[in-house]
Amino acid sequence: MKPNQNPQHYNQENVPDEWFTWRKKDIKEQELVARPSLSYWKDAWRRLRKNFLAMSGLVFLILLVLMAIFGPILSPYDANTQVLSKQYQPPSAEHWFGTDNAGRDVFTRTWYGARISLFVGFMAALIDVTIGIIWGGISGYKGGRTDNVMMRIIEILYGIPYLLVVILLLVVLGPSLSTIIIALTVTGWVGMARIVRGQVMQIKNYEYVLASKSFGTKTPRIIRRGLLPNTMGPIIVQMTLTVPSAIFAEAFLSFIGLGISSPNASWGVMANDSLGAILSGNWWTLFFPAFFISFTMFAFNVLGDGLQDALDPKLRK
Amino acid sequence: MLKYILKKLLIMVLTLWIIITLTFVLMVSVPGSPFNSEGNSNEIVQQNLERHYNLDKPIHVQYLLYLKSVATLDFGPSIKQPNQTVNDLLGRGFPISAELGLITIIVAVISGIILGILAALRHNGVIDYLAMGIAVLGISIPNFILATLLIQKLAVDWEFFPVATWKSPMHMVLPVLALATGPMAIIARLTRSTMLEVLTQDYIKMARAKGLTPWKIIVKHALRNALMPVITIMGTLLAGIMTGSFVIEQIFAIPGMGKYFVESINHRDFPVIMGTTVFYSAFLIVMLFLVDIAYGILDPRIKVTKKEGE
Repeated sequence: MKPNQNPQHYNQENVPDEWFTWRKKDIKEQELVARPSLSYWKDAWRRLRKNFLAMSGLVFLILLVLMAIFGPILSPYDANTQVLSKQYQPPSAEHWFGTDNAGRDVFTRTWYGARISLFVGFMAALIDVTIGIIWGGISGYKGGRTDNVMMRIIEILYGIPYLLVVILLLVVLGPSLSTIIIALTVTGWVGMARIVRGQVMQIKNYEYVLASKSFGTKTPRIIRRGLLPNTMGPIIVQMTLTVPSAIFAEAFLSFIGLGISSPNASWGVMANDSLGAILSGNWWTLFFPAFFISFTMFAFNVLGDGLQDALDPKLRK
Repeated sequence: MLKYILKKLLIMVLTLWIIITLTFVLMVSVPGSPFNSEGNSNEIVQQNLERHYNLDKPIHVQYLLYLKSVATLDFGPSIKQPNQTVNDLLGRGFPISAELGLITIIVAVISGIILGILAALRHNGVIDYLAMGIAVLGISIPNFILATLLIQKLAVDWEFFPVATWKSPMHMVLPVLALATGPMAIIARLTRSTMLEVLTQDYIKMARAKGLTPWKIIVKHALRNALMPVITIMGTLLAGIMTGSFVIEQIFAIPGMGKYFVESINHRDFPVIMGTTVFYSAFLIVMLFLVDIAYGILDPRIKVTKKEGE
């Protein structure tokens, strides 16, 4: 029995022509994608938006940045003018957050404090990222002996207790805004470098990197265009953790007497100044800086958690 | 394994050397002499200091002598307190700080693990959200703020606990609570996420299929693997608790090392700053080393990857 006598067996010869239709013109239409394509960032944003806690954190931080910029302008009071007749006024319509031990307006000082705390946080994170990307990128991409030496250096620096070095540097350099940032970044970049290196080592073996190598692309360009964009996810997550830890470190340093010097406001300085005050019932002088330190750290933490989930392609549905 | 230990040992010694050198370089680079700060008119102290630090000798000799004095654990005299050496301060402060640190670690580890397990077992349930809410708050509130809140509420307003000092177990409650909350939160989050991962694995299903009780599954099978990451971050947590104790001891007026350290910073008492920094760093680095070794012994995978790598 021949197979083609069975009507269910078709092959190239006996398929009837009428089964086919000739589609001449709409080739372009066939190439159209039915749904809009989602880039990595759009997809991440879509998922982040669904995370209520992370979005609240983001909104809080945006408001905080806006208030840090415009808050002192909105307020009729100067941050450092001392009005001794108005010591320890409780919060009122006149002074929304009350006044402190020298009669200074806590509302104004809080936003000045936000400026300094956020500036320290973002600058420290920015410097960490820059050094970390360069160090980790080279170490991970070169591999071999270079990687070995660079990683040993990192391992040694990693063992040095972070805050002790910061304290030591500040004792010698003297506390100021720039020395605090320098001290915080001297060993702070190590964590970032480790993350970048791990990512780069993983990605550099992918085929598309091999392809661009075979086109003769130069190494810096491969690192810049091929590798770094794909390591951005973990880098951003790490940044959302670096900023609050720098803010915390600044507050901690102010607290042990190594922060911005006292007439200038930073949240840590304000909290430290008002330690004695709460025992006599003037809770607001501590409450507002403490609230904003804690809430900023909280906002960064939940935003970091949300970003970690949103930026991880493995969790993509 | 021996090679692993030796490598870690070498790195530890290098790190220590860098810290000691750094303290020396920073001390030398302080404008003027660090021992001539204002209010230091005591002739005898001055002579003691110059003798101890060999300031008349060339710099490389100073450096070698400094290395020698650190190696023999002799950190020299204090500037501000004429009859005190740094060793006296360390000898008095360290036992108290060690006690505070040890209690804090124990409290943080136990409560963190319990919180993490509860959260993992009731994944996405009320307990999970509650535990993680506490954890995020614990990470977000700096310990010095928590400490002042605790003093204000529990000690001043309600008078449950004494306000300060370090005498009886009742005195220990507030400082330990303030210091342990942060590490506890970190441990709880970590335990939760690794527990969630471990609980989906086949050998847990197997254990369940055998009919083991949930309690036995967790304690005997899941917890063992879930605790590995907790061990890896112990070093970082120790560092956090130690630096945290600087402010906590200050706030609660506990006469530990941290209090002396902060006082020495405020008085710019350089020998004490240098001595305590080196001592703290050495202590921490040795701890990190022990954690690394413990991890190498506990996790059989480390040996395997080492062999494959070579």
